[in-house]
Amino acid sequence: MSAETGIGAAVKRREDLRFITGRGTYTDDLNVPGQTYGVFLRSPYARAKINAIDAADALQVDGALAVFTGQDAAVDGLGDLPCGWLVKSKDGSDMVSAPHPPLAVSQVNYVGEPYGLVVAESLAAAREAAELVAADFEELTPVVAAAEAAKASPIHEGLEANLAYDWELGDEAATDAALAAAAHVTRLDLTNNRLIPNAIEPRAALATFDPTSGEYELRTTSQNPHLERLVLSAFVQIAPEHKLRVVAPDVGGGFGSKIFVYAEETVVTWAAAKVGRPIKWTAERSESFLADAHARDHVTHAELGLDEAGRFTALKVRTTANLGAYLSLFGSSVPTFLYGTLLAGQYKTPNIHVQTHGVYTNTTPVDAYRGAGRPEATFVVERIVEAAARETGRDPAELRRLNMIEPGDFPYETPVALVYDTGNYQASLDRALQLVDYGGFKQRRAASEAEGKRRGIGFSCYIEACGLAPSQLAIQLGAGVGLYESGEIRINPTGSVTVFTGSHSHGQGHETTFAQVVSDKLGVPFDDVEVVHGDTGRVEFGLGTYGSRSLAVGGSALISAADKIIAKGTRIAAHMMQAEPDNVAFEEGAFISGNQRLTLQEVAFASYVPADYPPDLEPGLSEKAFYDPENFTYPAGAHIAEVEVDEATGVVQLVNFVAVDDFGHVINPMIVDGQVHGGLAQGAGQALLEHGIYDADGQLTTGSYMDYCMPRADDVPDFTVDTTVTPCTHNPLGAKGCGEAGAIGSPAAIINAVTDAVGTEDIAMPATPEQVWRKLHGL
Amino acid sequence: MNLTLTVNGVEHSLDVPANTLLTDLLRTQLRLTGTHVGCDTSQCGACTVHLDGRSVKACTVLAAQAGGRTVTTIEGIGSPDDLHPMQAAFRDCHALQCGFCTPGMILRAIELVEDGGALDNRTVREGLEGNICRCTGYHNIVKAVLAASDTMQEQSQ
Repeated sequence: MSAETGIGAAVKRREDLRFITGRGTYTDDLNVPGQTYGVFLRSPYARAKINAIDAADALQVDGALAVFTGQDAAVDGLGDLPCGWLVKSKDGSDMVSAPHPPLAVSQVNYVGEPYGLVVAESLAAAREAAELVAADFEELTPVVAAAEAAKASPIHEGLEANLAYDWELGDEAATDAALAAAAHVTRLDLTNNRLIPNAIEPRAALATFDPTSGEYELRTTSQNPHLERLVLSAFVQIAPEHKLRVVAPDVGGGFGSKIFVYAEETVVTWAAAKVGRPIKWTAERSESFLADAHARDHVTHAELGLDEAGRFTALKVRTTANLGAYLSLFGSSVPTFLYGTLLAGQYKTPNIHVQTHGVYTNTTPVDAYRGAGRPEATFVVERIVEAAARETGRDPAELRRLNMIEPGDFPYETPVALVYDTGNYQASLDRALQLVDYGGFKQRRAASEAEGKRRGIGFSCYIEACGLAPSQLAIQLGAGVGLYESGEIRINPTGSVTVFTGSHSHGQGHETTFAQVVSDKLGVPFDDVEVVHGDTGRVEFGLGTYGSRSLAVGGSALISAADKIIAKGTRIAAHMMQAEPDNVAFEEGAFISGNQRLTLQEVAFASYVPADYPPDLEPGLSEKAFYDPENFTYPAGAHIAEVEVDEATGVVQLVNFVAVDDFGHVINPMIVDGQVHGGLAQGAGQALLEHGIYDADGQLTTGSYMDYCMPRADDVPDFTVDTTVTPCTHNPLGAKGCGEAGAIGSPAAIINAVTDAVGTEDIAMPATPEQVWRKLHGL
Repeated sequence: MNLTLTVNGVEHSLDVPANTLLTDLLRTQLRLTGTHVGCDTSQCGACTVHLDGRSVKACTVLAAQAGGRTVTTIEGIGSPDDLHPMQAAFRDCHALQCGFCTPGMILRAIELVEDGGALDNRTVREGLEGNICRCTGYHNIVKAVLAASDTMQEQSQ
C-alpha cells in the first residue's frame, strides 16, 4: 500500500482545509428559516425551593414567544435525564439515584441548574424576557464540600443520605494483613482538584420539528449523536428513534464534556414542537462553566506497603468522590470502574483494596473528562510510589522498575479485576530516561540553583484501560448499553468508497485516519475514500467517541466490514475468472487467480451491473459490521517532568517534559503526537493552573476565563514525545488508543517534580505560586 | 444606525442596531461564520479578526467602531486553492485539531509575524498568550508560526 497514505504514514489531515479557511460548520454556524432563540433560566442559588415562577412580564416583551418551566415539561411527560451506569454498594444494594428532571420542578440543587426556557424571535428579546421572569425561591442550606457530604443532611427530598454508593473492589482483609506485615508503609492524603473541561466551542443546539411528519431534527455539539438519540427517545421519550434525527456537525472539542445528554438540548428539542418553530440555543462561556459536567474532585487517603527489598505488598485506597447534585450520564462509573480497576498501575502489587464513597453535593454534576478515573488512579499510584521511594531512600525510577510487571508476565491478571494483554513498561521507562538525560539531572539542578531556582524531577509510569469496552463485561459491571462500535463500507458502482462510522470526530481526525485504514486494507487510493460520521440519518448506529476508543473499536469495526467486502468480492471475482473462491487471493486492491487479475473497482462495477454474476449472490458491494472488543486495551507509558521553582515568587515553570507512550500500532504518527501534546497541556493545567472552586454558599468562584486559569501558550514548554510498540493482542489493528494518555500520566509526574523541588509531599493541585511560596517558607 | 465598512475587500452598507458587536455583524449579518465566539470575557481569542491590519477581539468591538474601516476575517486571507502561508503552515504542522480556535489563532499569528520582531519559541508563545487552544497543547502551533514566519519573510523579499 502507498507509503504516503497507508497505515503508519503522517498524512496531512483532509479536514483541515475547511477549518483553516473558516469554512467549518459548527452548530452555532447553522441557521434555519423561522428560527427562534432560546435562553435558559438558571438557578442563582446552590439549593432552594421553587415556590413560584411568574412569566407574565416576560411574555410582554416584544418578540417573546413562550416561557417553559419544569412543571410544563412534567405535565407533558418529559422523562428524567438518566445515569447510564448502575453501581452497586458493597452490601449489594443499588446506588441511590436522585431524580434528574431536565428542568428543575420544585427544587434547584446547584448554581446554574436550568429551571426554565425562554423562547423569542431574537436572542436579544429572549435575554430581555429572561430578565423579567420572576422566580420566587426559598433558599435552603447547601452541602458543598465532598468530605462533609456523607454526614450532612440529604440535599434531595426523599433520599436518606447524600451517599449515592459505598463501593469497593479487591480483598480488604488480605490488604490489611499485608499492610500490617509490611516492612515499611507509606501513607499519603491526596486531593484531585475539580476541573472544568472547557472545550473552546461552547455547547449549542438547534432543534426543528416537522408537524406534517412528526419528525424532530436536533443538531448539537455531541461526541455521540446515536447515544443522544437513544437517550432522548428511550428515556426522555421525546419521540421514537425513527422520528428523531440527531446530527453532530463540526464539533469544537469535547474531552468528554460533550458525551453526556444535557438538559439544554433535551428541552430545546421538546420545546421546538411546542412553539412550532425551530429553536436555537448557544451557551455563553459563563453557562459552560456552570452547566457543563465538571471533572475529578476526589479526596483520597492511600497506604502502600513495601517489604525489605522494596517490593510493593499492598495498596489500600479510601476515596470520597464528589458526584455533584445529580448522577450525570456516566458519572457513577468514573470514580469506580474507571478508577479502582486501574490501581495496580504497572506493578505486581499482590493485594489491593479500594473503597469509594460517591456523594451528592450542591454543585454541578461531575462526569468523565479526558482520562475519566484513570488520571485519578494514576495520581494516587504514582504519587505514593514516588513518596515511598523518597521515604525509603530509593531511586524513584529503580523502585518502579523493581515492581513492574515484566514482558514475560502477560497476560497479567491484577487484583482489581483487569487482565492486561500485553506491554513492555521497562522499554518505555528506559527510553524516557534516555530522552530526559537522567544522568545529567544533577548538573541541571546545580545550574538552576545558581540562578536562584530549585529544580525537581518527577516520574509517572501510568497505565490506562481504553478501547471501551467489551459489552458483556461492561453490562455485568452495570453499564446500560453495549460498548461495541459499528462501521459500514460502501464500494460505489464506479469504485469510490464511502465509509460510515458510528465513531465521531471532534478534533481527532477520523476523516483522515479512518480513510487511511480503509485505503490500506482495501488497496484503494486514499483520495477515493470518504468518511461519514456524526449523523443518525446517515450512519446506522454508533456509540461515539470517548475512552480512547475510536480507532481500537471503531477502526476495528471497519476492518471487519472490509473483510466482508473482500469475502463477497472474492466470490464475485471467482465467478468472473471461472476460478474456485479458495484459489482467489486479494492483494493490493485486486483479486488474483493465477495470471488473472480483477481490481476491486471492476468487481464492484460487476456487482452493481450483474451481467456475469454468481446466481446465488445478491447484487451490490456494501457491508456493515459491529465490532465488540474482547478486552480493554492497555496503553501505558513513562512520563518524566522537570520543573524549576522560583524561591522568591513560588512560580513553578515546567521546563522539560518527556512522554514515551505505548499505543500499540500507530496509524498516523502526526495525529498521535498531537493527541499527546494536547493531553499533556491539559495535565499540566490540572497540576499547575486549573481549579474549579466553590465558596461555602455553593457559588462557583471560578466561572470565567478571568478566574479559571486555562493553560496558555507561554505556560507550557515544547514536549518531547516518543512511542514504543507492543501491539494490542486482541484487535485486528493492534491499536490501543492515544487520546487520553497525556492527561492521565502528566499530573503525577509534574507534582512529583514540584514536591521533589520543594522538599515536601504536601503540595496540592494546582501548585499555585502562593501555595508553593508558603511551603517554601514553611507557612 | 447606518454603517459602511469594508470586509474582506467588499464594501458593505448596513443598517444595524447601535449595540451590535462586530462578531454579530460578521456572523449573523454577513454570514462569515469563520469568526468564532468562545467566551464572554475577551479572553479566548477565537473571535480575532484584523481591523485595519491590527488584530482585535471582535467580541469586544462594536460594529460601529468598524465604520469606515477595513476588516479582514479568516475567509479573507486565503482560499482553499490559494492558502495564506500561515494557513498552509497550520495544516503542514498539524497545528489544529477541532479547528474552533484556529481562525483567531491564524489571524493573531499573521499579525505577530507582520510586526517584524525577531521570533523564536519564547516570543511566539508570549505573542499567542491571548488566544486559548484546548486541543493542541500549543506545541505544533508554535512550530507552524515559526515555519510560516520563514515563508512570509522569503515572500516579502
